[in-house]
Amino acid sequence: MSERVTDTGDGNGADGATGGTMGGAAPAPRGQLRTIAMRFARHRPAVASLAVLAALAAFAFAGPLLWQWDHTVSSDIPSSAEPSAAHPLGTTSAGNDVLGQLMRGMQQTLKVAFTVTVLATVLGSVWGAVAGYFRGWVDAVMMRLVDVLLIVPLLVVVAAVGGNVRGGTTWYGVALVIAAFSWTPISRVVRGVVLSLREQEFVEAARAAGASHARIILRHLLPNAAGPIIVAATLLIAVAILVEAAMSFLGFGIQAPDISLGLMVQHAKTAAFTRPWLFYPPGLTIVLIALVINFIGDGLRDALDPRQAMVRG
Amino acid sequence: MLVFVIRRLLVTVPVLLAASLLSFLLIDVTGDPLADLLVQQPPPSEEVIEAERERLYMDRPVYERYWLWLTGIGGNGDIGLLRGEFGPSVRGPAFDVGAEVAARMGVTLRLVAAAVLLALGLAVFTGVVSAMRQYSAVDYTLTFIGFLALAMPTFWLGALIKEAGVWANGQLGATVFYTIGDSAADTRGMGLWERIADAGGHLVLPTLALMLTGYAAWSRYQRTAMLEVLNSDYVRLAHAKGLPRRTVMRRHALRTALIPLTSVAAVTIAEILAGTVLIETVFQWRGLGTLLVEAIRTSDAYVLMGWLMLAGTLVVLANLAADLLYGVLDPRIRYE
Repeated sequence: MSERVTDTGDGNGADGATGGTMGGAAPAPRGQLRTIAMRFARHRPAVASLAVLAALAAFAFAGPLLWQWDHTVSSDIPSSAEPSAAHPLGTTSAGNDVLGQLMRGMQQTLKVAFTVTVLATVLGSVWGAVAGYFRGWVDAVMMRLVDVLLIVPLLVVVAAVGGNVRGGTTWYGVALVIAAFSWTPISRVVRGVVLSLREQEFVEAARAAGASHARIILRHLLPNAAGPIIVAATLLIAVAILVEAAMSFLGFGIQAPDISLGLMVQHAKTAAFTRPWLFYPPGLTIVLIALVINFIGDGLRDALDPRQAMVRG
Repeated sequence: MLVFVIRRLLVTVPVLLAASLLSFLLIDVTGDPLADLLVQQPPPSEEVIEAERERLYMDRPVYERYWLWLTGIGGNGDIGLLRGEFGPSVRGPAFDVGAEVAARMGVTLRLVAAAVLLALGLAVFTGVVSAMRQYSAVDYTLTFIGFLALAMPTFWLGALIKEAGVWANGQLGATVFYTIGDSAADTRGMGLWERIADAGGHLVLPTLALMLTGYAAWSRYQRTAMLEVLNSDYVRLAHAKGLPRRTVMRRHALRTALIPLTSVAAVTIAEILAGTVLIETVFQWRGLGTLLVEAIRTSDAYVLMGWLMLAGTLVVLANLAADLLYGVLDPRIRYE
């Protein structure tokens, strides 16, 4: 198996070992994971970004347990107060603590983004792999559907479907709607990879050994496409964050009294120069999260998918 | 060439049809155009509700309604996409959806055109500069700006630019930047040039905000494409035979490096279209973007459908234009 590990020249060989081992425990992952980790570690912005993302997640999920105010209105909170020791990010005119809102908003944003990514990645990968594996009319029909879904801009269709629902939606509903329309680019990537993988010997060997279609797709093809899938999924997180924020900003996403970063911007959209403490924290937080995720995606691309690596800058 | 265009258009027809059926079903499942009427206070009488249900064709099953929406056969003459009618709106019988869309489309298209042109120009320029000075301070700065642009929420930047305009106006004591609307509230009595100047003035800030979407996607792409070309043999040959640097860059390198950009540009135009929804909301334009928001708020099913079809058609046309541009930029491509 080791020669497959080194054979990164034609792209997807990098992960060959995991899928290439027919049954039995794979001895290869040692060198495999180490190589990937080392290549990722060389991309310094990506490593720093990973640390920032971990800190942001800790702030969003552990912060509310330590901080005395949550995102709701309280009569003990002064209205429209500037940042102070009691309220480090100030307060809203209704009487919310902005720090409490920010933590809750980040939490909702991260929950939506990761749910979208998991759902869309699973659906998109399986869809693309099935289409690429069977080819012929199955492929034609499945990829035509992808064309159909790609024809309307993501934000528009998501807003139209999500916003049409009366009485608003929860974060989970928002995540489901975004996931339902954002898996298509991943399916295209996976199909392309699978089209070349299916011609390789290890797939033929699996077929000769009597493996079923499902087993070949799930155990042999998808693990070998892991590199491009992980990269595409990472970039999807950033897309999901921006789309969720835009939806909430338009009023079609998470609804009050709950809060999200997009909704905070919506409430503060004219406050940039009058009450900046309301305007900058949610906006800059969105920028920061999307920025670090894009950097991580870039680092992962260099580590997992050397063929497609962007010229680094 | 003409045959190619016609064949490409024919292929997209079934895709558009399937998209329309899917959207129609989704919109039907998720929202009820009568919802606002049903919760009205005081409650309207049974006859009013029935009349409205009939006017919006909501008394028919969904498959029949789709057919009606598409062809207009059996309707009251106000529906049928193939006849050029978008269908009735919940805003009442006097509201002509087609006329409204036509009026707003001009406003939105001028915003999109300005943003696309500005973004393309800037992205090509910075991409080429980045590639020619690879790993210099300029390159690193531009790359970081590209990353930042990719992570920037359009609506937040739009709101920031708008408020900056308001603030600057306050400081200068005069309205230098227009921050609300697509044109002056009252354009009567203005000459043609005054109108153009007025619309142009209102265009400045929203274009700056919307441009970012395209710039983010294109500048990095242009840099990669240019780098690839600069390292190729034929560019080295052009240098070696003594052509001036400018000629090599313009005639040999840039022309080839623009080819990949055309295909990304078509895809990004869809995103820019989505961006207009946000930017028009921030700057309170009466364009297609705000029409979509209003339609979603009121579950205005036929307006929503018309919008989605229009967006889909624009995306298809952008893709076709990209394919044709390929032929202009790359002489190796022939359309048979």
